[in-house]
Amino acid sequence: FSDFRMISLLTYTLKNLPNTSKWALRFCMRPLSSSSQLQAAAASQTKSKKTLAKPNIRNIVVVDGVRTPFLLSGTSYKDLMPHDLARAALSGLLHRTSVPKDVVDYIIFGTVIQEVKTSNVAREAALGAGFSDKTPAHTVTMACISSNQAMTTAVGLIASGQCDVVVAGGVELMSDIPIRHSRKMRKMMLDLNKAKTLAQRLSIISKFRLNFLSPELPAVSEFSTSETMGHSADRLAAAFAISREEQDEYALRSHSLAKKAQDEGLLSDVVPFKVPGRDTVTQDNGIRPSSLDQMAKLKPAFIKPYGTVTAANSSFLTDGASAVLIMAEEKALAMGYKPKAYLRDFMYVSQDPKDQLLLGPTYATPKVLEKAGLTMNDIDVFEFHEAFSGQILANLKAMDSDWFAQNYMGRKAKVGLPPLEKFNNWGGSLSLGHPFGATGCRLVMAAANRLRKEGGQYGLVAACAAGGQVFSICFTCVTDKTSYL
Amino acid sequence: MRKMQKGLFYLIWVTDRNPIIFQKASLVLPLLRYICRSFTRSSALLTRTHINYGVRGDVAVIRINSPNSKVNTLSQELHSEFMEVMNEVWSSSQIRSAVLISTKPGCFIAGADLNMLNSCTTSQEVTQISQEAQKMFEKLEKSTKPVVAAINGSCLGGGLELAISCQYRIATKDKKTVLGSPEVLLGILPGAGATQRLPKMVGRPAAFDMMLTGRGIRADRAKKMGLVDQLVEPLGPGVKPPEERTIEYLEEVAITFAKGLADKKITPKRDKGLVEKLTSYALSIPFVRQQIYKKVEEKVRKQTKGLYPAPLKIIDVVKTGIEQGSTAGYLSESQTFGELAMTKESKALMGLYRGQTQCKKNKFGAPQKEVKQLAVVGAGLMGAGIAQVSVDKGLQTILKDTTLPALGRGQQQVFKGLNDKVKKKTLTSFERDAMFSNLIGQLDYRGFEKADMVIEAVFEDLNLKHRVLKEAEAVIPDHCVFASNTSALPIGEIATVSKRPEKVIGMHYFSPVDKMQLLEIITTEKTSKDTTASAVDVGLRQGKVIIVVKDGPGFYTTRCLTPMMSEVIRILQEGVGPKNLDSLTTSFGFPVGAATLVDEGGVDVAKHVAENLGKMFGERFAGGSLEVLMQMISKGFLGRKSGKGFYIYQEGVKNKNLNSDMDSILASLKMPSQPDVSSDEDIQYRLVTRFVNEAILCLQEGVLATPAEGDIGAVFGLGFPPCLGGPFHFVDLYGAQKIVDRLRKYETAYEKQFTPCQLLVDHANNPNKKFYQ
Repeated sequence: FSDFRMISLLTYTLKNLPNTSKWALRFCMRPLSSSSQLQAAAASQTKSKKTLAKPNIRNIVVVDGVRTPFLLSGTSYKDLMPHDLARAALSGLLHRTSVPKDVVDYIIFGTVIQEVKTSNVAREAALGAGFSDKTPAHTVTMACISSNQAMTTAVGLIASGQCDVVVAGGVELMSDIPIRHSRKMRKMMLDLNKAKTLAQRLSIISKFRLNFLSPELPAVSEFSTSETMGHSADRLAAAFAISREEQDEYALRSHSLAKKAQDEGLLSDVVPFKVPGRDTVTQDNGIRPSSLDQMAKLKPAFIKPYGTVTAANSSFLTDGASAVLIMAEEKALAMGYKPKAYLRDFMYVSQDPKDQLLLGPTYATPKVLEKAGLTMNDIDVFEFHEAFSGQILANLKAMDSDWFAQNYMGRKAKVGLPPLEKFNNWGGSLSLGHPFGATGCRLVMAAANRLRKEGGQYGLVAACAAGGQVFSICFTCVTDKTSYL
Repeated sequence: MRKMQKGLFYLIWVTDRNPIIFQKASLVLPLLRYICRSFTRSSALLTRTHINYGVRGDVAVIRINSPNSKVNTLSQELHSEFMEVMNEVWSSSQIRSAVLISTKPGCFIAGADLNMLNSCTTSQEVTQISQEAQKMFEKLEKSTKPVVAAINGSCLGGGLELAISCQYRIATKDKKTVLGSPEVLLGILPGAGATQRLPKMVGRPAAFDMMLTGRGIRADRAKKMGLVDQLVEPLGPGVKPPEERTIEYLEEVAITFAKGLADKKITPKRDKGLVEKLTSYALSIPFVRQQIYKKVEEKVRKQTKGLYPAPLKIIDVVKTGIEQGSTAGYLSESQTFGELAMTKESKALMGLYRGQTQCKKNKFGAPQKEVKQLAVVGAGLMGAGIAQVSVDKGLQTILKDTTLPALGRGQQQVFKGLNDKVKKKTLTSFERDAMFSNLIGQLDYRGFEKADMVIEAVFEDLNLKHRVLKEAEAVIPDHCVFASNTSALPIGEIATVSKRPEKVIGMHYFSPVDKMQLLEIITTEKTSKDTTASAVDVGLRQGKVIIVVKDGPGFYTTRCLTPMMSEVIRILQEGVGPKNLDSLTTSFGFPVGAATLVDEGGVDVAKHVAENLGKMFGERFAGGSLEVLMQMISKGFLGRKSGKGFYIYQEGVKNKNLNSDMDSILASLKMPSQPDVSSDEDIQYRLVTRFVNEAILCLQEGVLATPAEGDIGAVFGLGFPPCLGGPFHFVDLYGAQKIVDRLRKYETAYEKQFTPCQLLVDHANNPNKKFYQ
């Protein structure tokens, strides 16, 4: 079986990277050279693999997870509010898992750009989705890893015995963002509210100036450095000497793989969503495999005119929501579920938000592996958040560099490269889209579903976020417990 | 003048010995490796010391890196190597364009080699140097193969002139990347074509601003002005050191632009904004031009008071180029450059510059233990100022006072100081917050047990200082340095109550601390060398120019100022009005008038110092009566801080009016004036010679270690006219004999107060004797 898999992967890779460029070849060569050892190792390890279970800690499982189709902002979801999308994900999860609503102990959602009317979007969505009004819900935020935070909060609640069943999810609606009045205008309006007499009101109004009307947009830049993420990604790519061609090739890979996964029906976490007043949305609409020639025509989006990050090799503004059902293992089994994966060791790390804003996965990956007692070779499925092609490639270069490991990570030797044939095989944020608050759950479900499909054992998810923070998690497929299958 | 003075304070330029660029040693080695990177083809790589070059495709990459120096300077050697390389570039059929880059971190070219100028003895020689550079840059400007200057780090003086002769400029958007023409601050002008090219490139108003103020322009602003064509962001960590990769990246970007220029895919012309177009239209009308020259000249005259010849000459040279064509312009530039380099003003300013460079070094070596935790006692104007210049350099600082309102006022001062930089956009609000969090305000001595240095800045009262020292010593660790910020109390006396006098030192800051560059460090006989090294180290980290003097009443600065102040009071008592006196002193080159100076410093402080030092030094410090100051204090005329002194100060009112209540005080204490020593010039010289005589006495007595420190202390701390270069340069340049003659003349009128000191007399007797050889 594994022979077949390796070959099919190879032919697949070659087929799907239209230009058999140097870059693609370089990565293709790797598995070739090491395949015999790998096969041997895989064969001998199948039975002896660790479960990563820890004594005195409850086993926590992902029963299943769903997401709405991820759409380009300004398309079919543009008239919705965030809680509408979140509700769709919750309803989808209910439908998929048939979990009785009153069993759910707690609901947690992640979001980044908050709609001020529904600042606790988790609660508003849960009530609308018909969950019990006795089930508390809260909302967390941690930039692009907000729904990871929702999931790990759930893990904490279950591990500490506070809850048995938690729904975690995330939502982002970039079609509508809270644009505010200017601070001066707001101050005037608030003062007007307090004014009691006409004279007071008039004196406040007399201070009005036309520039009060200029609106305030949610910041697209990092608060601490005032640098936009795209700009930082371009600098990062330059720091690691990653060319425009390499970035375009990687983006093309992402789109090609996503398209293939979509066509083959592998993106099973997607649930259709009947948008009020519009047609039912059944699939992601941002997957658009193009050609390298087409991509080469685009102008740099951030560092003009000579930068390398373009619209084609960056993730796009996306609307979408996701939700997963997390349970204590014994509860899941008692309820007759066949969970998809164990959630094991996880870890948040953070670093310099200026020059290493998007380098987090490099730092987090070895740490979480060490914590779990695994090595890079043990991992069968990698799901890394693709904010930008340049960011992914920079991380790969950093992981492959002894110099970087020694000078910035305090390690003796490099982290090592995740094999690309195990890496984001069903597309990534570049192609599927990246609704900030919802991506975390998508990554975890993609990894879990891939583990099942590809017959792997260990999965690893890593995602970088604004503020120079990063999340990574190791988890195991539940296939080691044959009883579930 | 004030602007000039300020210019000097913020001076950022350079000879090959200026340590403005700090580079982590660990990063230097890989950089060397980078520099030695092999090329596809390199010609005579080993025979050149400053430049190497190679070819990438059809682009020549010319890399500058002068050996054994932190900066590149346009020396004769570099000049000729560059010419050699350019000739190869021009004659090669393979090469279609070129990139000019420095591989030295933080420095493109920091200016012309000052030693080259200093070794010239005639203006003709200097003119000759200028003309050679002009020729080279003209050839460069007319190059048919486009040359791209890739600028990372300081690009000043001759470096800027080289860059603007190229066809295209790309600069890194780094804080260290500064472009400017600081020649005016050295009393000269840009002598390699900038007076002709800069006005065409950035427009006359901006060119005048750059050349007349000498201010450095950061990359992003340079881009807006049209001084550079593209910006490159500095990079973070990759698979090699960020500095190294940034230079490499800059080179890569520059190569693509060089190719683009050669292929005519990129044009070096930029779109001018509407304002710029209108300005250039307006300037095409001769009448408008004349008006502008007139206006600029007026402004310069007002500011320089005719004391600095360079600014007016710069305007002249620019005018010549525009009105009579570039041949005349270049000729005028080189000739004027030669003339200016021979002026006393230029020699004085260059001397000051060298002195400043010396005073930015720690000649006591690295301290055994670097100060990481600082504690400042007293959150007044000085204490808060000291805290501000510490926290903004990343030094953890405790600010302690005894009451919450006093502490709050100090904290607010620090915040305001930082926030003003945010308003000027030199800091981001986030950087401000991070710096401000280095400050811990408190009312007790908690945390002092971890302090490496305590600087007390409490009121000038010996008993209070004794109490603070004892309280602090009860808590601080053994290695902790105790520094006293005082302008006049002898450090030895403060140290008498110390258990460990070897750790006690004086650190005399000047107000406002964040603006005044000088720090006077005072060592007693017991102060250990390591304590001094530590104090100098902290001062340098705070960005100060440092003089180290021996303990004694008034140290150096206060001691020099006091006899001059005594003379100020006498002159006022003799009937010269404060306004008149102010204008006499400012027209002599002092940045602040003498009467205003008393108001600014505080009448009570002046009285306190005059009284104390008067007791110590006796008759030499006599002159005006202390009674004037005492009566002022009794009426609450404490100067600016109380709203009244010789002048009346009101918030928001710019033109201050005389305080008419002073008339009666001065009238009641009137002294007869002596007509033969009371001409305007005599009044100026009575003030200056007393200052100079006392300064030289300080050197004679060993309070000062070097004349350079004396000059730096006088100019940077007390506003001694920079055009005179400080008291010691002044004596050297104007002749000791002339000054002794003046002193003897005033001695006959006022006796001992004007008796020249022995060292000055020695210099007068032997014309070969100079403070600076």
